Amino acid sequence: MSNAVQPRNSYLDAPYGVAAWLLTKDHKRIAILYLISITLFFAVGGMFAAGIRMELLTPRGDLWTPDLYNKLFTLHGVVMVFFFLIPSIPAVLGNFLMPIMCGAKDLAFPRINLLSWYIYLLGATVTLAAVFNGGLDTGWTFYTPYSSVSSQTSVTTAAVGVFITGFSSILTGLNFIVTVHRMRAPGLTWFRLPLFVWAIYATSLVMILGTPVIAITVLLVGAERALHLGFFDPARGGDPVLFQHLFWFYSHPAVYIMILPGMGVISELVAAMSRKQVFGYSFVAFSSLAIAILGFLVWGHHLFVSSQSIYAGLVFSIISMLVAIPSAVKTFNWTATMYKGSVSWESPTWWVVGFMGLFTIGGLTGLFLATIGLDIHLTDTYFVVAHFHYIMVGGAIMAYMGGLHFWWPKMTGKLYSEGAAKTSAVLVFVGFNLTFFPQFLLGYMGMPRRYQAYPDEFQVLNVLSSAGAGVLFLGYVLPAFYLTYSIFKGAQSPANPWGATGLEWTIASPPPTFNFDEEVIVTEPAYNYKPTREVHVG
Amino acid sequence: MSIPFPLLPPSASSVSTEVDLLYLFITAVSAFFTILVAALVVIFAIKYRRRHADEVGADIHGSLALELTWTFIPFAIAMVMFFWGADLFFRLARPPVDAMEVFVVGKQWMWKVQHPEGVREINELHVPIGRNVRITLGSEDVIHDYSIPAFRVKMDVVPGKLTTMWFKATVPGTYHLFCAEYCGTKHAGMIGQVFAMEPQAYEAWLAGGTGASSVPPAQAGEKLFSEFACITCHKGDSSGRGPILSGVYGSNVELADGRKVVADDNYIRESIMVPTAKVVKGFQPIMPPFQGVIGEEQIMQLIAYVKTLKPADGQAAR
Amino acid sequence: MANPHEHALPAAGLTHTPGHDAAHAHEHNPNLQHHFYSMEQQLEASTLGMWVFLVTEIMFFGGMFMVYIVYRIAYPEAWVHGSNHLKVSLGALNTGVLICSSLTMALAVRAAQIGSRRGQVLNLLLTIVLGTVFLVVKYFEYAEKFELHLVPGPDFNSTGVIPLANDPTHQQLFFSIYFMLTGVHAAHMIVGIVLMMVILVMAMRGRFDSSYYTPVEISGLYWHFVDIVWIFLFPLLYLLGAHLGAHGG
Repeated sequence: MSNAVQPRNSYLDAPYGVAAWLLTKDHKRIAILYLISITLFFAVGGMFAAGIRMELLTPRGDLWTPDLYNKLFTLHGVVMVFFFLIPSIPAVLGNFLMPIMCGAKDLAFPRINLLSWYIYLLGATVTLAAVFNGGLDTGWTFYTPYSSVSSQTSVTTAAVGVFITGFSSILTGLNFIVTVHRMRAPGLTWFRLPLFVWAIYATSLVMILGTPVIAITVLLVGAERALHLGFFDPARGGDPVLFQHLFWFYSHPAVYIMILPGMGVISELVAAMSRKQVFGYSFVAFSSLAIAILGFLVWGHHLFVSSQSIYAGLVFSIISMLVAIPSAVKTFNWTATMYKGSVSWESPTWWVVGFMGLFTIGGLTGLFLATIGLDIHLTDTYFVVAHFHYIMVGGAIMAYMGGLHFWWPKMTGKLYSEGAAKTSAVLVFVGFNLTFFPQFLLGYMGMPRRYQAYPDEFQVLNVLSSAGAGVLFLGYVLPAFYLTYSIFKGAQSPANPWGATGLEWTIASPPPTFNFDEEVIVTEPAYNYKPTREVHVG
Repeated sequence: MSIPFPLLPPSASSVSTEVDLLYLFITAVSAFFTILVAALVVIFAIKYRRRHADEVGADIHGSLALELTWTFIPFAIAMVMFFWGADLFFRLARPPVDAMEVFVVGKQWMWKVQHPEGVREINELHVPIGRNVRITLGSEDVIHDYSIPAFRVKMDVVPGKLTTMWFKATVPGTYHLFCAEYCGTKHAGMIGQVFAMEPQAYEAWLAGGTGASSVPPAQAGEKLFSEFACITCHKGDSSGRGPILSGVYGSNVELADGRKVVADDNYIRESIMVPTAKVVKGFQPIMPPFQGVIGEEQIMQLIAYVKTLKPADGQAAR
Repeated sequence: MANPHEHALPAAGLTHTPGHDAAHAHEHNPNLQHHFYSMEQQLEASTLGMWVFLVTEIMFFGGMFMVYIVYRIAYPEAWVHGSNHLKVSLGALNTGVLICSSLTMALAVRAAQIGSRRGQVLNLLLTIVLGTVFLVVKYFEYAEKFELHLVPGPDFNSTGVIPLANDPTHQQLFFSIYFMLTGVHAAHMIVGIVLMMVILVMAMRGRFDSSYYTPVEISGLYWHFVDIVWIFLFPLLYLLGAHLGAHGG
């Protein structure tokens, strides 16, 4: 085909060397740096999870000491949330693709982009310093007064680590917002943007509005613990529930930082793998914004039994019901997009189908928890654990894996083994359901979260869950092998291996350093699939 | 076919059946939509699978009618869930006035319980069936959560304030008691058992067991009231330097700055711990703080005592 | 892939315009970075970036203001009395100092726009000096709080400056928030002063003129923001108890 099959100076080639990579301002190289770092943290967080599931094979807490178990689930949460999930899709796929999708040569602030990666590393280093110097046992939620008064672990250091990491997130969001506003190519109007860009934009709004609040909140906890200032400690006149309000004001929207980009990825993949315009483009686009905005008004549903006012509880309950609507709209639109499509059975589709199943269950189980009378029974149990894993792992990571497989040929210029990729998708889907579906049942039975030991009658379900975790582990390890293998031995990818629309598929694989050799002018909407064979690429 | 694990916890309180019904209703709705989406995705993926490499999908952009349909149907269903859940929540959140009152104090990592008759127990809770039981919860250190899955109730135990929950046990039996809010090293060990008993058995248990040495909370509170010399200022008549406490419980109190507050558990608790936070109109802020001096159990006993102080004459508390 | 051949499909609604390479098509400013098409785009992007950053700063301070408001509503008396332990005169002095520094900052931006190097250097220097004066005054205020044992912690009010009647327990909350708000604000001032020093060196080297003054302008935005935060802090912290007179706390 006419597209350059052999890229002339791709971003991966020149200049080569450690220094050139570590000082790069190229958004694509920074995306690769993030990819490597978050993969490492995914492995670390996964090891903590393995420790949890091994302990829970037996009802007695007989494998680890209670303190070690508490550190395991805390660090699993902290690492997975702050160092894997939040940066995952935005900092890797968003960083790599969003400027290209906007027809730009780079993000608006390339140096700040690199800085945000270094800030991320610094925050991660400080947090790891806490891990090796006393650990952290507060749960990722840092609830006071346990965190500020009672815990004997390195809470202050970890709080500083999370505080620093927050700035990485803030700077990434800032960079994305300015890029979408100011760097779009001529002719690329808002409603011609790919839905991934809409989703990343909505995510960035949440990042810049929410992250500063968690930053100040953990700073207040650190100050209460280290400097004896009083904010939340009842002994100093404070109210511990205020901490929960501040914490969840960020941390509930943070869920949307994790899932919104995943929704964007799925929108791209459904369209490309069905070769069809996304059904109800503007509804999908605005539902992202609706989720971002409503997401800021539902934090109190984490506090239904915390002694907050019962009227506040009702308000948070009804708004939480509303936030389910845009997610439902998206799901139906994705499904409708496949109707009369040309549905490919290549590997990205397998991840998409897996996502649809898991995300639907994850979203619907949110309704159980938003229903305030039922949440009294379910909150703080394994039902909650299962629900948010269905969203964050079944939703966000499934989408991330789908996106990684879809754009891998673009990012590396190499093709991986389709058979291995499909096997991995099936393993993850089966393993995930086996791990987390039993936890819904455990939760309704009343098994509390963060328990190292549990009554005997919960053992069968816990063993099923641990067995599923083993399958899930295989599903996640497999891509590490075949994707790495593809870099060295994989076939060269053409510029557009899926036959998809989108600016990223008009340039070489891997893309040249400045993305586009010529100025881009966009004349058509996204996903404009036409049943013709004509090719008009410069 | 037998399943090697239970699907529902024991149902043993006046609300547990309804909670289960609500749960099953939402489960049915969820199952319907999950199966619908999964079936459509699979059917479309098979029926419209790509037949040749250059094929593209049909040129369909959307449908306003469909968008509105799948916006309003989920909305309507969600509202049904909301109102049902809200109605249930209102009943769960408001203890009936005739409830017997049990005091529970959580501390790392145990539950201390005191019955209205004064009987104490640790990590266990004996309750009669068929009677409303109101539990007043306090914490001596960090946040805990008193959770009884068989009754479908749960409440955080927050330091610095008192919280309440209530239930009416309906089926005799022994049930799990968990701490559901992470509280440190032995969080998973902060568990116990709830014994729901026939009323006669409960009375027998009260009479036997820990014996007569235990004093009812209100009496213990009365003793504390004189031990801490509260009585020297809070007198029965208006000659004291502190407000008269007869009939104060549950009444509206006007503060020095003009605000009005209800004298509930938490107001009385704060007025003992940090008396200067909310000073009653017409009185000087001279009472010393008892924060760090007395514990949550003693606070509960003092409140129990204050509750017994009825207005002397027709001067009903307003 | 199963079918790794190139599909012959239209690729987005995209046309390249051969022969027109914007990066080399016309004369451009040496300060224009490669990924922008024009100086206007670059200035707009930088300015928008700073505004977005200031939004995050508002949310950051917003968290602390939220804590302030919640406890102020719960314990109004303690707040009023706590406020009375702050020196209104010093707070007012600092307010004046900061307002003047905002003026000099605005004049520095103006000087950059009209290309006056002398004006830039003079006004930036004045801004730095005024910022430093603010911090020195703040230091003396803090020192006095330490002497009076009004710093939260085990020693809080150990000398009995606050009478029992004025609810020292919750005044401790007030002073915690006072130190947190003013401490974080002072940290922002220090960052601002360092920033101004960098801009000053750049200005002395003649880096800015009427065609390129983006760094001066966006640093100025930051400076004004830090000033405005103080404009909120002063009444919220210092003036609450003014009606009680000098020693009502």
